[in-house]
Amino acid sequence: MTFHQRIFALIIGVGIFIMILEMVRRRKLEEEYSFLWLIIGLGTVVLVLWQDLLEWLTHLIGAVAQTTTIFIFGFVIIVLINLHFSVKITKLSKQVKELAQQIAILKIGEK
Amino acid sequence: MKTIERSNRELIDNLTVIIPAYNEAERIASTVTGIKKFTDADIIVVSDGSIDNTINEARQAGASVLELPFNLGYGAALQTGYKYALKKGYRFAVQMDADGQHNPSAIQSLIKPVLNNEVDIALGSRFLDRGNYRTPVIRRIGIFFFSFITRVLTGKKVTDPTSGFQALNRKVMEFYASDAYPVDYPDADVIIMLYRKGLKFKEVPVTMKRVVGKLSMHSGFKPFYYIFKMLLSIFVTLLRSRREGRA
Repeated sequence: MTFHQRIFALIIGVGIFIMILEMVRRRKLEEEYSFLWLIIGLGTVVLVLWQDLLEWLTHLIGAVAQTTTIFIFGFVIIVLINLHFSVKITKLSKQVKELAQQIAILKIGEK
Repeated sequence: MKTIERSNRELIDNLTVIIPAYNEAERIASTVTGIKKFTDADIIVVSDGSIDNTINEARQAGASVLELPFNLGYGAALQTGYKYALKKGYRFAVQMDADGQHNPSAIQSLIKPVLNNEVDIALGSRFLDRGNYRTPVIRRIGIFFFSFITRVLTGKKVTDPTSGFQALNRKVMEFYASDAYPVDYPDADVIIMLYRKGLKFKEVPVTMKRVVGKLSMHSGFKPFYYIFKMLLSIFVTLLRSRREGRA
């Protein structure tokens, strides 16, 4: 990776990390949801600073450029975050359904 | 003409008819009064977030009305009815559509095998008896396809797996009220789930009317999602262990 690329990746990684921490601090984001986001930020920083690890990983996955490795790392985490959301939405939908049904049942009981 | 009660008087208190209804103000009253001609059983209409006059129409026709605060979909509305029926202690239930396509004169023949303890659930089939019901071609292909899968998996002939006209006992009600019940389009997958839970079912011929001026639940792009969903649902049902109660 060129110096230029490393600086850029570092800024993004640190930026994401600080932004997420700040959101958790302000309680805009719950700890549960911040976990995977923090890993993206932190992981990017680690990969940029730990040159040997990045080289080893790049070789491992068969990528040509080290930037690809960082890119794939981010992509995989994003997929996981989305999956996490889908699971949560499924759970929330069930709970909302349950609530609506109970409301209907309670309401008819009043009459 | 109330033949059901004549044969079994105490049944009235134990039987309920559950009708999920979404914006059916024009038809619900005639559906309810139509049913009343054939049985004195309590009729529960589940208004699935209807924004028209469905609730009042149903109530005036003499049904109890469960009002869902917003639209949850056919399966979830039905499930609401079953949860309520269980709470109220009904032992048997008949489920029918609100639009009047199910002929209430068939209630008796449908509930009979369930009352006799012959099966846990009876499914009204419009194809067993070659009635005058005419189905659109695409729908027919879908029904044929899922009939085939159901037959392979349960070893029983099911001619009309999409039927919403059913009579069932408390065991099935409990399953329908559980988390395992698929609440968007309960269909062929439900029959397979019932079978795997060891519940007995059979089909009973009924005649149905084709309702004019109403979009089918399976219109537009929905058939594609529907087929995908049904295949997935059947597949994961097979992956789950037999005794598992909750999904």
